[in-house]
Amino acid sequence: MTTQEKPSGFAATDVLVSGSDGPDTVEQAQKTSDELQPYAELGLKDDEYAKIREILGRRPTASELAMYSIMWSEHCSYKSSKVHLKQFSEKAPQNTRMLAGIGENAGVVQISEKLAVTFKVESHNHPSYVEPYQGAATGVGGIVRDILAMGARPIAVMDPLRFGAHDHPDTARVLPGVVAGIGGYGNCLGLPNIGGEIVFDPCYQGNPLVNALSIGVLPVERLQKKEATGTGNIVVLLGARTGRDGIGGVSVLASATFDEEAEQRRPSVQVGDPFMEKLLIESCLELYDAGLVSGIQDLGGAGLTCALTETAAAAGTGMRVWLERVPLREASMSPTEILASESQERMLLIVTPENLDAVLQVAEKWGVWATAIGEVTAASTDGTPGRLVITWNDHVVVDVPPGSLADDGPVYQRPIREPNDVMLLQADRAETLPRPSTGDALRETVLRMAASPNLCDKTWVTEQYDRYVLGNTILAQPEDSGVLRIDEETGLGVALSVDGNGRFARLDPYEGAKLALAEAYRNVAVTGAEPVAVTDCLNFGSPEDPHVMWQFAEACRALADGCLELGTPVTGGNVSFYNQTGAAAIHPTPVVGVLGVFDDVARRVPMGFPRPAKAGGDLLFLLGETRVELSGSEWAWVTHGHLGGRPPKVDLAAEQALGKVMAQASKSGLVSAAHDLSDGGLAQVLVESTLRHGVGAKVTFPEDGNSPFVHLFSESAGRALVAVPRGHDKAFLALAAEHGVPVTPLGVTSEEAALEVEGQFTIPLEELRTAWSSTLRDLFGGPAEQPPAPVTSGEVRSVTLELSPQAPGGPIEPPA
Amino acid sequence: MRIGVVTFPGSLDDGDAARAARIAGAEAVRLWHGDPDLHGVDAVVLPGGFSYGDYLRCGAIARFAPVMESIIDAARGGLPVLGICNGFQVLCEAHLLPGALTRNQHLHFRNRDQWLKVEATNTAWTNGFTPGQEILIPVKNGEGCFVADTKTLDALEAEGRVIARYINGNPNGSQRDIAGITNEAGNVVGIMPHPEHAVEALTGPSLDGLGFFTSVLRSLATDGQLAGGQQ
Repeated sequence: MTTQEKPSGFAATDVLVSGSDGPDTVEQAQKTSDELQPYAELGLKDDEYAKIREILGRRPTASELAMYSIMWSEHCSYKSSKVHLKQFSEKAPQNTRMLAGIGENAGVVQISEKLAVTFKVESHNHPSYVEPYQGAATGVGGIVRDILAMGARPIAVMDPLRFGAHDHPDTARVLPGVVAGIGGYGNCLGLPNIGGEIVFDPCYQGNPLVNALSIGVLPVERLQKKEATGTGNIVVLLGARTGRDGIGGVSVLASATFDEEAEQRRPSVQVGDPFMEKLLIESCLELYDAGLVSGIQDLGGAGLTCALTETAAAAGTGMRVWLERVPLREASMSPTEILASESQERMLLIVTPENLDAVLQVAEKWGVWATAIGEVTAASTDGTPGRLVITWNDHVVVDVPPGSLADDGPVYQRPIREPNDVMLLQADRAETLPRPSTGDALRETVLRMAASPNLCDKTWVTEQYDRYVLGNTILAQPEDSGVLRIDEETGLGVALSVDGNGRFARLDPYEGAKLALAEAYRNVAVTGAEPVAVTDCLNFGSPEDPHVMWQFAEACRALADGCLELGTPVTGGNVSFYNQTGAAAIHPTPVVGVLGVFDDVARRVPMGFPRPAKAGGDLLFLLGETRVELSGSEWAWVTHGHLGGRPPKVDLAAEQALGKVMAQASKSGLVSAAHDLSDGGLAQVLVESTLRHGVGAKVTFPEDGNSPFVHLFSESAGRALVAVPRGHDKAFLALAAEHGVPVTPLGVTSEEAALEVEGQFTIPLEELRTAWSSTLRDLFGGPAEQPPAPVTSGEVRSVTLELSPQAPGGPIEPPA
Repeated sequence: MRIGVVTFPGSLDDGDAARAARIAGAEAVRLWHGDPDLHGVDAVVLPGGFSYGDYLRCGAIARFAPVMESIIDAARGGLPVLGICNGFQVLCEAHLLPGALTRNQHLHFRNRDQWLKVEATNTAWTNGFTPGQEILIPVKNGEGCFVADTKTLDALEAEGRVIARYINGNPNGSQRDIAGITNEAGNVVGIMPHPEHAVEALTGPSLDGLGFFTSVLRSLATDGQLAGGQQ
């Protein structure tokens, strides 16, 4: 045993068990089969430990025990969620675009004869609370490697974020760190950040949600596999050296609830080096293009343990690994630590012996470590899968069937019980709350809502992200979707949106999950793209709580049902349980990402009202039906601190019809702007669409029985506001009628820099902008500073255009 | 006309710079940091990014790359060189330009569409603009705060070597709102904002960035009549 300092955690198991000089070996395990082992400390239950002994026919070695504890953790094994997630496959709609789906590192969707994209969203919630910067940074790094492992070049990231109360002191610790971490890693990787969410709610105080999405593009034939095929093939570890960071990340951090000792878990958080990841990306892509890789898997949660067992198990082969060959940051690391380390920026490659030299040369070109650490061994002649045998300085420390770790983990049918309070909660409807009725009161409410933390301008955050790099960003935050050009020749591209609403899901997890799906679908559809596929990140409390499991089961059922109805398969995703502090779980928060495809991104529809081309402005129409739906709304929360009632009704057929109208309108060039209605309702859409380019609007509500208040603040789903240039209105109305989508004329865009609701109020855009844009800066921004005025008019400027539309006098920076 | 674009480990906007050169009508030639051969290019762009991970200091390691030895020599001989963002940092580290780029005053990375006023138009990279022209170009950096001692700043102003200043807000705290500068000969230009991100209607806030790339083609077309020759 080379460990000199007092060992702890996983390292401790190496010495505690054996008490001898070397590491715990298979030989010793056979001799001392009755020795007590600290399996409970590592998160394994009695029956799980018994099953390990049964599989091995002896006690596991210290290294094996650690490996089982990691691979059978909730995070890696999906043991509580598996029985529910299988609906995504069982109810999957027929889809010819899917090249790879659930179970792969990320789903792959074909978008043209030659090209495919791969995308996935994952959580990095627990590490980001313990150490916000590194937690969030390595969340980006991890999802990017998943994309890379499929053979794709990563081309963008998005980040749905949820924090505790905006004014809680700990939010001021977590949020700036998370944002800086996402920016610090993503910017340095050269990936544009094209969208996401920032939501504040006290339920996330001790459990912020840091989800990260990445998308990549690949030629169809470059799709990579993770199978470690080919007896005699070489196992190569590529990338960073292995250190003591992140040990036990998945089992210690991600698979347990927080307690007062969370601070002490900081060593369980990985530390990222984006520069190394950038080199890793470039070297992997060069290796793919040269056809030098037979199999590949990224090292993320569960590190080498996961990569070795999954690649071997997928192929049914065995593997022989010499652990002392792994390049280390600290020479004193024990074999168990090496196997459990979650050091970032590493990939496991399977290469043929004749390609090994070429692989090493590519690695050298990019200055990346590459080390042959093992070889693929054969399955038995009777077809029994091979074994994973790992030695460390001639000690056999692991000898296991890899499938027992990767595939045969425990599966639990956890108890499910509908919480008693759901009925009471649903009976407490927001529709009965006192509402503003006068023009002045509505005006005040619009300003207050615009300035509220969840609806306010997020520029303070998004300015910290590079949205331009790679030169293919067509739309980015705050637009409804991120839109990327994939093919510069044809304009082929994609749209992506991620959405979730924890309050709706708290009121009704089934409807709430469907609403998240509907919103992401709608966000993609209003840009004119055709939605084709889904990824999800399911953030919930403890699966050991039957109430939480009920929420989870309902949400899974809803997403499977919804995706079937919309014809958009779930291609992959991630489950994050144990987002709870003590007995208090977060709101169930399914976050849904929808991918859409554009034949030509030039026809994308942006959300901001452009300067009207003709006098009298563009015509404004509301698509969809407005109902009195205020429960769970942003209005109820901001003005009454109220959460109760039933969330808005979801009609996925109506969402599809809306999507068809928008796709056709985009193709025919009938609309100049469109914005999805969701949090904050129409009022928020008017705020965002007018302020985007400083173009005002005059709104007139119809006499349809709904009060101006309901028109402004209802959060009915299936709606979008569109601006239609004069002359296109007849064609647009005919199109909407053809698809049976209700249309309400709402007024016009205006030369005057004001938002006017006829008969109710007028707000100058500058007043609106001040209210909307100062919130985050005041909360987190450091030195006071004026925001820049909008700089584009919706049309691309040529060099000769005058400076418009600037704020009067222009923004003022404080003296240096 | 062949414009070389250098790729260091960690360069990120190299593809964008190459695209901008192509759109302007040049042939873009990729140059590799480890290869001192400039492959006969007529001008060089050092692109944005985080060369060598920005370890030590931004640009401090890149300055010693084999390709930089050749570029430094050629720049002294009049080769037009444009350093954008990290490229600007490299040029300062290489002492082809004075001053330094330090951490943004507000300590955050900042990405926004930024108005600039072009001043010196007698350089290889800005001769297509008119003095005082206001242009809109994305800025995105964490360490873009230009600093120099007062004597250097005064000299830059006196010699007309400030090529552009930030207007309508200074995004990083740069002294005297300086966004870009040139060397005495006018062939080497460093600029913190990213002209290569403002070259297409679909992806940029304007087409103003193209002016840098068309300028160098124009100066090359007039047969090496650089800076001093643009009278």
